Amino acid sequence: MTPLAKLLEAALFASPRPIALAELAELDPEAPLAAVTAALEELREHYNVDGHGVELVELGGGWQILTRAEYTEAIERAQLAARPQRLSAAALESLAIIAYRQPIGRAEIEQVRGVNVGGVLKSLHERGLVEVVGRGEGLGRPLLYGTTPLFLEHFALRHLQELPRADELAIALRAVEPTPGE
Amino acid sequence: MAEQLTLGSPSGDAAFVVDLKAFSGPLDLLLTLIREEQLDIYDIPIARIAEQFLLRIRTLGLNDAADYLEMAARLLRIKAQMLLPRGEEEVWEDPRAELVRRLLEYQQMREIVDVLERRGEERRNQFARAFTPPDAPAPPPPLALSLGELLAAVDRVLRAARRPDLHDVVARPLDVPAAVAIIRELLQIRARVLWTEIVKRDADPSFVLSTLLGLLELAKVGELRVRQPKPFANVEIERDAAGEAA
Repeated sequence: MTPLAKLLEAALFASPRPIALAELAELDPEAPLAAVTAALEELREHYNVDGHGVELVELGGGWQILTRAEYTEAIERAQLAARPQRLSAAALESLAIIAYRQPIGRAEIEQVRGVNVGGVLKSLHERGLVEVVGRGEGLGRPLLYGTTPLFLEHFALRHLQELPRADELAIALRAVEPTPGE
Repeated sequence: MAEQLTLGSPSGDAAFVVDLKAFSGPLDLLLTLIREEQLDIYDIPIARIAEQFLLRIRTLGLNDAADYLEMAARLLRIKAQMLLPRGEEEVWEDPRAELVRRLLEYQQMREIVDVLERRGEERRNQFARAFTPPDAPAPPPPLALSLGELLAAVDRVLRAARRPDLHDVVARPLDVPAAVAIIRELLQIRARVLWTEIVKRDADPSFVLSTLLGLLELAKVGELRVRQPKPFANVEIERDAAGEAA
């Protein structure tokens, strides 16, 4: 491995959170960005080709070393680490709406889901998956919510654009046939 | 109508004890019904679906019911609108249109949920390095101090500290009955008394208060009248002839 790849590996190993490309580039002020990208690719290859228990993953706007899924059971059985709790269906539904329509107010989420979302929104906020990004116009200037970088991490997304576009979904949001004469 | 309601439940209500917890809301329940009955989402037989919907939410507890009841009301309203005769020349607006739009929107959102669920599960099965909190700030270095220095410091503090002003607080209860007795006695002798004649300038505050309360009490029951010609003037106390008569 090149010295730069080793340096990146050490930094990634030391950090519990993904590290953004810009931050990785700061580790060696003399290395151009292209060299950093190449070194990351080298490290990823190294883990994949030589066969390692960990892999290099790009997510949440940065890079992170994660254990491979096949060892999860063993690690959990030995109580060395535990998987986080799954999100409830209600939480996932609200998150999906926020991810696609942010910034979005509570009333609009409730409109799509057809249920009250006050409690769900609070727990998503407490888990750091959504945040208040502003206030809307209109009555009471409602709080507007958006997703956080932690949301991307939680779903192993590099960025929001990685989610399927609305028209790529099996049912694209079709306008109901307008009645003639309208 | 009663016959129609049993339409979907040939084996009685037991068939309809559905765990509504399995549904994440009224739209979810509606979509499930449409899928089970293999209905065309663009041409929902609203009367049938409304009945099915009502049957399923029968077992709901009140706390969870609100969202479902709102949808039930909506379905029944659409059902009623569908029954209205359509004018020949008027453009007919399908009362189901808004519901269809919401159902499609909801279904689309469910697809995104599937994507999120899959990605989330993948990430859940991988561990990152555990979070290690940054070291707590180092404790301040131990004091380097001799006994003499410490005693001198204590002495300086004690000198600087002023002796606190101590005083005793004694509860002095008001004696309204005694004040009432004095006022009554005075008014028996004279028809009119001035405030300053009862309460001297150097009177005890508790006596002033007792007298004031006594006066107000006697004025209330109508034994006397209290008059003050202008602000800060002496208060005149008069026997109340009417009150006396009564």
